[in-house]
Amino acid sequence: MSSLGKQKSSNLEKSLGKGKPEVNIATFALLFSEIVQYCQNRVLTVPELQTKLSELGQHVGSHMLDVLFLREKGYKREIKLLSMLIFIKSTFWKLVFGKEADKLEQANDDDRTYYIIEKEPLVNKFISVPKDKGNLNCAAFTAGILEAVLNGANFPAKVTVHWHKGTTFMIKFDESVIARDKTVDGR
Amino acid sequence: MSRQANRAGDPRKVNGELFTLTYGALVAQLIKDYENDEQVNKQLDKMGYNMGVRLIEDFLARANTGRCNDFRETADVIAKVAFKMYLGLTPVVSNWSAAGDEFSLLLESNPLTDFVELPPGHANLNYSNLMCGALRGALEMVQMDVDVKFIQDTLKGDNITEIRLRFIKRLEDAVPVGED
Repeated sequence: MSSLGKQKSSNLEKSLGKGKPEVNIATFALLFSEIVQYCQNRVLTVPELQTKLSELGQHVGSHMLDVLFLREKGYKREIKLLSMLIFIKSTFWKLVFGKEADKLEQANDDDRTYYIIEKEPLVNKFISVPKDKGNLNCAAFTAGILEAVLNGANFPAKVTVHWHKGTTFMIKFDESVIARDKTVDGR
Repeated sequence: MSRQANRAGDPRKVNGELFTLTYGALVAQLIKDYENDEQVNKQLDKMGYNMGVRLIEDFLARANTGRCNDFRETADVIAKVAFKMYLGLTPVVSNWSAAGDEFSLLLESNPLTDFVELPPGHANLNYSNLMCGALRGALEMVQMDVDVKFIQDTLKGDNITEIRLRFIKRLEDAVPVGED
């Protein structure tokens, strides 16, 4: 390595911190608003916009995963499907969005599908959807975060967002996750 | 202001890491979408401007600071009230020009750049350019035309992050801006 004129401090040499610093909700809301507008200018349809937001969310989720397990669980990962979901609903949600998610439900007819229901997701707090974009839900961003966290923790899943009782995140796990979960003993 | 310790945090606050990473996702996307760093800087500045234009309203409504009599007072309000309120840090105001129309904000830490390392080949990227745009937009709404730019950045190996603000002129008849 060539020696740099100026000494760049490496992130890995810094301590991780406790993740406490908080920013004003207005700062975040306006940033998110700019993100939505930017994405909207680059796509043609509502589903495309949601996909784009979800991709950005995945970027966030994948970076958040390790730090969460490290701080909250002392390096231990969840291996049971249900405890992972509960971890997301309570610890994760509370840390990231300031409160626990309102509900966690399983679909009656499908053991691969779970729902996390949130009446008013943080990102939607200041968003009013225009009439011509009826089914747009910007919480697709949050769905992206969830999807990346689940995938990163080795629970491959698709997370989609729906307007139902507020916002419902539909988590559809890969067949392999269910099959594996049956072989893992409960603790 | 006494709140139960285990209750969910202040509803007017958002997890700082969520904010940092969301901004990171945006910058990463812009780098993919644009051809060079200059264009990314420009886009970030534009987005910051849009934010600043709207943030100032929230600020005036909540901060109760009253009118500033001169640029020095403005500098103090920006550093001690606005930065504190919106990013939770207080930069140091320093390096005034003799004429009193230019100063620097020195940031020891920058919430936008937590976890960030600039990969090689992005020497021209002003990662936190959003901040300059926001300052410019907000000041414009209170009739001040101000030039804002980064002159030092810890991301680029400097010891401190320094934002330089230069007062250009007072705007008379400010026209309300449009949505974009």
